[in-house]
Amino acid sequence: MYVAVKGGEKAIENAHRYLAEERRGDPAIEELSLKQITEQLSHAVSRVMAEGSLFDRELAALAIKQARGDLIEAIFLIRAYRTTLPRFGYSAPINTADMALDRRVSATFKDLPGGQILGPTFDYTHRLLDFALAAEGLEAEQAKEAEEAVDEDVPRVLELLNKEGLIEAAVPGESDESSSVGDLTREPLEFPAGRDVRLQNLARGDEGFILSLGYSTQRGYARNHAFVGEIRIGHVAVEFVPEELGFAIEIGDILVSECETVNQFQGSKKVPAQFTRGYGLAFGHCERKVIAMALVDRALRADELGEEKSAPVQDEEFVLSHSDNIQATGFVEHIKLPHYVDFQSELELVRRLRANALRTQTTLEAAE
Amino acid sequence: MSKGKTENNHEARRCWMGVLARASVDDLEQHWMREGEGVDYAFLRPPETGLVMTQGRADGTGQRFNLGEMTVTRCAVRLSDGMIGHAYVKGRDRRHAELAAAFDALLQTSSAGEDIQARVIRPLADKFDRAREARSRKAAATKVDFYTMVRGEDTA
Repeated sequence: MYVAVKGGEKAIENAHRYLAEERRGDPAIEELSLKQITEQLSHAVSRVMAEGSLFDRELAALAIKQARGDLIEAIFLIRAYRTTLPRFGYSAPINTADMALDRRVSATFKDLPGGQILGPTFDYTHRLLDFALAAEGLEAEQAKEAEEAVDEDVPRVLELLNKEGLIEAAVPGESDESSSVGDLTREPLEFPAGRDVRLQNLARGDEGFILSLGYSTQRGYARNHAFVGEIRIGHVAVEFVPEELGFAIEIGDILVSECETVNQFQGSKKVPAQFTRGYGLAFGHCERKVIAMALVDRALRADELGEEKSAPVQDEEFVLSHSDNIQATGFVEHIKLPHYVDFQSELELVRRLRANALRTQTTLEAAE
Repeated sequence: MSKGKTENNHEARRCWMGVLARASVDDLEQHWMREGEGVDYAFLRPPETGLVMTQGRADGTGQRFNLGEMTVTRCAVRLSDGMIGHAYVKGRDRRHAELAAAFDALLQTSSAGEDIQARVIRPLADKFDRAREARSRKAAATKVDFYTMVRGEDTA
């Protein structure tokens, strides 16, 4: 066992060199630049930023290149990198009502102030492979520009319902300080978790896991019948108050995706029937993720809304403990690493059990 | 200085710091070649990259939550006349933070402030607005016009 560990050094070094060569691929093919990744693989960059929980396009591109396109590996690299940087503080909450919109759609109202803005969407494409893209050097198609920009003031769709009191209000709550907000990068996950911690967990959670859980709510596990009230994708300003200045300044814009769902709620003796809300928000252009996130967020509000808990997606311990793909891949993949000692003891145990069983059998047979 | 005046100054400074944070480092470099000639500054805090945790609100307007971090680079400089400039800019470009801090200091001086405002900040703000407007007009071109469909049915 000891010998196996000692002997690995040279093999590991050579494996890393082999990896580097394989990463580069055929040297006759032009090397991928980070700019090419940020510009042409922007959804991959979005996913690495959202789940790496770090908004930085170039770093995400570097991670994607280093990980040979393995996005979970890239997310791992980003999570590791962030631990090397100091934390300057917390931003003011971003105001998604002030978003510079690339896209804004609602599935609940056809005609609404500000209109349905499709933006650069895959929706309504025929999902046929476009072989024209296989040919290099073709002139890219230009987007059409309207005479007028999108309206400056595009109201939130759910505000329309709120005005009639048909949906629960969304208000900050009693303590609205940044310091009172749970932070998973600082404190371990504890249960029961507040909605703040749940949303942070889901925002950085694995898209595939959250997609599947969201899907499960639609198939009848924790049925809460969601409509997409509004999806917004675009840039929002980030405000920060540096201690040395004492007032808020804008430090730049970030691209985010947001989804608000409208869900059923029966009402109770005290509260008349009212729609409820689910919420999804994440870095980058990641519509699928935020729709699924809103479904899961709503399902996780079962306790708060007095709903019967019968499905995995309503079990916050189950959902929040398994949503992080870095924790998940760490634990799942670690079983491939040397477990020689563990396995030796298991091996001896099985041998002993079998030997004992054989002995007992022999004794029984002799007795007969 | 009255409270109102201080707030006005903060508002003006907040504006130009936002413009400097959003400008490209190449543009800042070009402006500095013209405006920064003979300007001497020392680092109070050399450029440093760190993280700001961005926050969102549940349902857009409700309870706060931590969305994720972003890289930010900050810098503080002091001009030879003692004026101090600060910068906090998205990303990891140290030179961007340095130039933004130097311009922030110059903009607060009575000697150069107004000129820099006119020759640097306004053009940079206009450039940003034009780019944002162009992007927004592309989005606006994808607005669905349901009324057209209704009219079509009427004439049929």
